[in-house]
Amino acid sequence: MNSEELRNKLSEIKDKLTKTEEPIDNRIYLYCESENSYAVNKFLFEEVPLRFVIATGIDSDDCFEIIYHYSYDETGCVVNLKAFIRDRENPEIESIAPFLPAAEWIEREMHDLLGIEFKNHPDMRRLILADDWPEGVYPLRKEVKQ
Amino acid sequence: MKKTIKKTVIPVGPVHPLQEEMEFFQLTVDGETVTDIDMRISYNHRGIEKISESLQFDQVPLLVSRICGICSASHPLAYVQAVEEIAGVTVPDRARYVRTIIAEFERIHSHILWLGLAGHFIGYDTVFMWAWKYREPVLDMLEAITGNRNNYGNLLIGGCRDDIPDELIPKIFKDLDDIEKKMDMLTKAIIDDPILHARLKGVGVLTKEAAIKYAVTGPTARGSDIDIDVRHDDPYAAYSDIDWNVCVAPEGDVFAKAVVRLLEVFEAIKIIRQALRKLPKGPVKSEVKEIPPGEGTGRAEAPRGETFHYVRSDGGNRPVRHKARAPSYVNVPSFKASCIGQKIADVTITLAAVDPCYSCTERVAVVDKRTNEVICDYDMLLRLSREKTERIRKSF
Amino acid sequence: MDWKIWSLKKSPWVFHVNTGACNNCDIEVVDCLTPKFDIERFGMKLVGSPRHADALLVTGGVTAQAVHRLREVYRQTPKPCVVFAIGACACDKGIFTTGYHMVGPVDKIIKEIDPDAIIAYVPGCPPKPEAMISGIVKALSAL
Repeated sequence: MNSEELRNKLSEIKDKLTKTEEPIDNRIYLYCESENSYAVNKFLFEEVPLRFVIATGIDSDDCFEIIYHYSYDETGCVVNLKAFIRDRENPEIESIAPFLPAAEWIEREMHDLLGIEFKNHPDMRRLILADDWPEGVYPLRKEVKQ
Repeated sequence: MKKTIKKTVIPVGPVHPLQEEMEFFQLTVDGETVTDIDMRISYNHRGIEKISESLQFDQVPLLVSRICGICSASHPLAYVQAVEEIAGVTVPDRARYVRTIIAEFERIHSHILWLGLAGHFIGYDTVFMWAWKYREPVLDMLEAITGNRNNYGNLLIGGCRDDIPDELIPKIFKDLDDIEKKMDMLTKAIIDDPILHARLKGVGVLTKEAAIKYAVTGPTARGSDIDIDVRHDDPYAAYSDIDWNVCVAPEGDVFAKAVVRLLEVFEAIKIIRQALRKLPKGPVKSEVKEIPPGEGTGRAEAPRGETFHYVRSDGGNRPVRHKARAPSYVNVPSFKASCIGQKIADVTITLAAVDPCYSCTERVAVVDKRTNEVICDYDMLLRLSREKTERIRKSF
Repeated sequence: MDWKIWSLKKSPWVFHVNTGACNNCDIEVVDCLTPKFDIERFGMKLVGSPRHADALLVTGGVTAQAVHRLREVYRQTPKPCVVFAIGACACDKGIFTTGYHMVGPVDKIIKEIDPDAIIAYVPGCPPKPEAMISGIVKALSAL
């Protein structure tokens, strides 16, 4: 697929997205709410298909954001899916690890560092913080100072 | 929920009697066959992403080059490209070529290092000593250009800190000729060795389907018939101006991944020669005053695979969020797919084919599925691996 | 001179401990074994267990997970032994000083167990193999 065909393919899922942006060549940003993240991720990984790169968890002012980064290697396009988790008190989102083993580690890491719950994750154990790190302290959250 | 495994250690060789400690890699075996793997990466966690948020944009390259010592040009390269994307900066032409040359030298030294370690794991200690000896001129060259054998500190937002002085170029060409001759000799010795064929072919196979599910990159992917390479797919620096090939092998076993890495050394030498011949005149730095609000992604092909950085700016002088992903983060979990079903003797070389950090491989424990006892540690795994090579050698 | 210290000065056997380093220092430590530097001609060799070691080469700024291992390894190493803090991270956490997961540096952790520990510092990021060999020789001569 070339770039135009890729855009057309991605528009098949547009009913689950709230916004699409292409600020510069070869970089696409898709926005969705956390409820639709599972379906959009499944579409991106299986139907398009794209290669999963990594996910970034961000503690934004009024919500949590998870940006799922994908690569379309034919054209070198980076497709970023931003999923917004609006509930700051109990942030949770559906895990994509059941169909994408590559996401297992990063979801465990986001759970350790940001305290986001990943529903139906096959193996939610501590990954990156020490065994004796205190529960409930999430280092990447803004309230935790250096 | 913490899993407590009651471990009784059978003293077979030097072992750590530290019962409660979690290893990097814990393999469960049934007899001689690996049935499951567990991995912990908390030993190396230094909290780099949080430290980034307290540094200024131009201080971060010094931090990220220390994420991994071997890929210490690739991480800063991916990061500065992400920031240059936010700021809309065009890097001077000469800087693009210098970046390419440093990155390819890094690839050569990393692959030769890997070759030495792989040789060490299967008992070819001569390969280990010779490979690391031939690696020294590469490090000397990097020191002559950037001032350090590792941790070059050469990348700035908008260009490079150090230029390659013209007087140095003839010496670089001569050293490249020497390295190429030595690597040629070493490559032929490895590819033509029937014992290595018997030892490494069919071992640690990562199928193409598994490679896609685990989203692996770099030689781990290219050795499993996946034709991806950031330098070709999303060109950066000067790669689109140079004539070179992506190296792919279809079998997916350790031998295929070794061949991919060896061929990449020759491609890297080819790239450096062309880059030096085409090196344009001009400055290597450009002034970048401010980073506007926005977000950017940058990636580079490190020796181990794709390094990916995401940076978000709010117009201030520090990143609001910086995500750094090393290639080993996706490659090491694929060990689960390539190692289950293998014999214990093949564990070290299968792990080496993924090319994780040297120190990670020191922390391996093997647990018997039926008795939950630790039966083996890293030194014993090394010994088993070398004994297997000996048995194969004797059968020839 | 104490005969235990005297016996440690010639041909020290070293054990390498990584407490969360970026691998740069570790590779330079292994590089010391290779033909260009070849510490084996001095009788120095890398051993597989701390119980056989005269000196510990510690790299990394000690992460919260690795600190237990460092303490255990130090306890197992027969005394007297010399602890070499190799690299900027081991000497004083290096560029990771403000990291939330760092509990080092090495001398603080070792002195908590043994206030009389012999600790030598080889700074650098990473220190070149020549610097490491020079550091080891200087420290052992000073004993």
